[in-house]
Amino acid sequence: MAAGARPELFSQRRRPPWELLIDRGFQKLAVVLASVVGLVLIGILFTVLGGAREAISRFGLEFLTTSNWDPIGEHYGAFTAIYGTVVSSLLALAIAVPLGVGTAIFLTENFIPLPVRQVLGLMVELLAAIPSVVLGLWGIFVMEPFLRPGLEGLHQWLGWLPFFSTTPLGPGMAPAVLILVVMILPIITAISRDSLQQVPLALRQAAYGVGTTRWGAIVHVILPAAISGITGGVMLALGRAMGETMAVTMLIGNSNNFSLSLLAPANTISSMLANQFGEADGLQVSALMYAALVLMLLTLVVNLLAQVIVRRLSLKY
Amino acid sequence: MTSFRRGSLTLQPSLARNRWNLLLTLTAGLFTALAVLPLIVVIAYVLFKGGSLITLQLLTELPPPPGLDGGGIGNAILGTLIVTLVAALIAVPVGVGAGVYLAEFASAGWFARFVRFGTNVLAGVPSIICGVFVYGLIVSTRLFFNQSYSALAGGIALAVLMLPTVIKTTDEALKLVPQELRWGAMGVGASRFVTISRVTLPAAFSSIATGVVLAVARAAGETAPLIFTALFSPFWPEGLFNPIASMSVLIYNFAIMPYEAQIALAWASSFVLVVMILLANLLARWLGRFSST
Repeated sequence: MAAGARPELFSQRRRPPWELLIDRGFQKLAVVLASVVGLVLIGILFTVLGGAREAISRFGLEFLTTSNWDPIGEHYGAFTAIYGTVVSSLLALAIAVPLGVGTAIFLTENFIPLPVRQVLGLMVELLAAIPSVVLGLWGIFVMEPFLRPGLEGLHQWLGWLPFFSTTPLGPGMAPAVLILVVMILPIITAISRDSLQQVPLALRQAAYGVGTTRWGAIVHVILPAAISGITGGVMLALGRAMGETMAVTMLIGNSNNFSLSLLAPANTISSMLANQFGEADGLQVSALMYAALVLMLLTLVVNLLAQVIVRRLSLKY
Repeated sequence: MTSFRRGSLTLQPSLARNRWNLLLTLTAGLFTALAVLPLIVVIAYVLFKGGSLITLQLLTELPPPPGLDGGGIGNAILGTLIVTLVAALIAVPVGVGAGVYLAEFASAGWFARFVRFGTNVLAGVPSIICGVFVYGLIVSTRLFFNQSYSALAGGIALAVLMLPTVIKTTDEALKLVPQELRWGAMGVGASRFVTISRVTLPAAFSSIATGVVLAVARAAGETAPLIFTALFSPFWPEGLFNPIASMSVLIYNFAIMPYEAQIALAWASSFVLVVMILLANLLARWLGRFSST
């Protein structure tokens, strides 16, 4: 058939108005759904700020530096909980970073056959999927009794140090820190592994080419090249550790008495919220909201720093 | 021709750098073993201790009053399914919609940047804060039919938690769809809506489904947002506007009780919860294999 015999095939089609309407409506709907994120964030901020207003005006900044939590006398200070949040997450990080980065190195370099590495990597990732409340249950009934003789020994040996000055009675800062290590290890390992895998092969080959050993290449070439991703992952893990609630609540002992000892019961902001929020009323709710606000600001700062670090440290090679 | 020392090309294990090499390799191997150990021990305990308790009665009955034996976790299993379903029904449409906006419509304007930034911030908000937020917004104000604690409130708290994950996976999955597919669809005269709903979204389906399944699995195990929104209930679920039981809150409540029967139920709940979550993770991995990109 000759071309042009069916000219209607090539005729211009004007868009029917309903089609335009659907297009416009769909776009508007997407914009509305996207703005839900902003609304939720603003909602969170206003709910927590609004709830905390009474406590903020009553206690001001003194709330952050005193550790008197007295629902009967209506006087509240969250220093113990803030200290507990910061110390527990930093200690957990100090243990989890070498473990996690070491694991990531072991799983990206070819020390052992690839299938074994893939299985090990999968296992670490599945560890992240275990709910924190299940880890808490395991911590109470398995980990803590198992650790207690060791902690008692630590107290007898190093009891003259303020950090080990109390007898371990079960729940306390040390078990909580260890369960936090278990919880943030998968994050650090997974993100470090991703960043190490993205280091260009040419860098590695060049390092071997000038005659360095395997660990010479890892320490001086590959780790520096991946450091931005690793640091970002570590900061994310820090944010996660600060906000982590269930496992810590079940293991930390929830005591508001300030103690330097890692073997004594302590408190974090999130464990205080989990413990008291359900039964609180009046000024106590407001004080808890104030503590929640402090927790939000802490995690926000850490997460923003993570983003900045990733952007700043990105190595140009 | 200059000659080099004999044997300098063979490995000499006694050299300092080779000893360091061996030491560091052993350390890294030890760290890996230490990192994998908790998973093996936790899984073994949950499967062994929890799995040995599983009976049909346990899966279908109500928990006993404190101090009594027997009973089960039927209401908590059902409750977890209901609350997670509510959360998914809210978070998936909103999250996919927002993801579509970011990937398909967003220009470089301030609004798109704000939404991306907000998604990142929301992803970092601790889960207990989601609970505090929903408590302040819905529970304490008795927003729904003058009810305070409710399954719906719990579902909304979990939805807030899932939202950033769903948005990010949708956004990233859609960005991986080749631009040629969109041009092709536009070229044959498809509208924007048809292009997205019939071409790009189906092309990204398996990646989005993977992310959604992972987000749902994570939400199902969350406790902190539920303890003061959905609360707990020793009875069968009584609709969306009443407190509801869930496995995660059951574990938390029963683990600190001084009764053997309750602690056994906590272990059994852990078993059911962990098996469900691990199966969901395997499902997500299986779905991920279908992504062509």
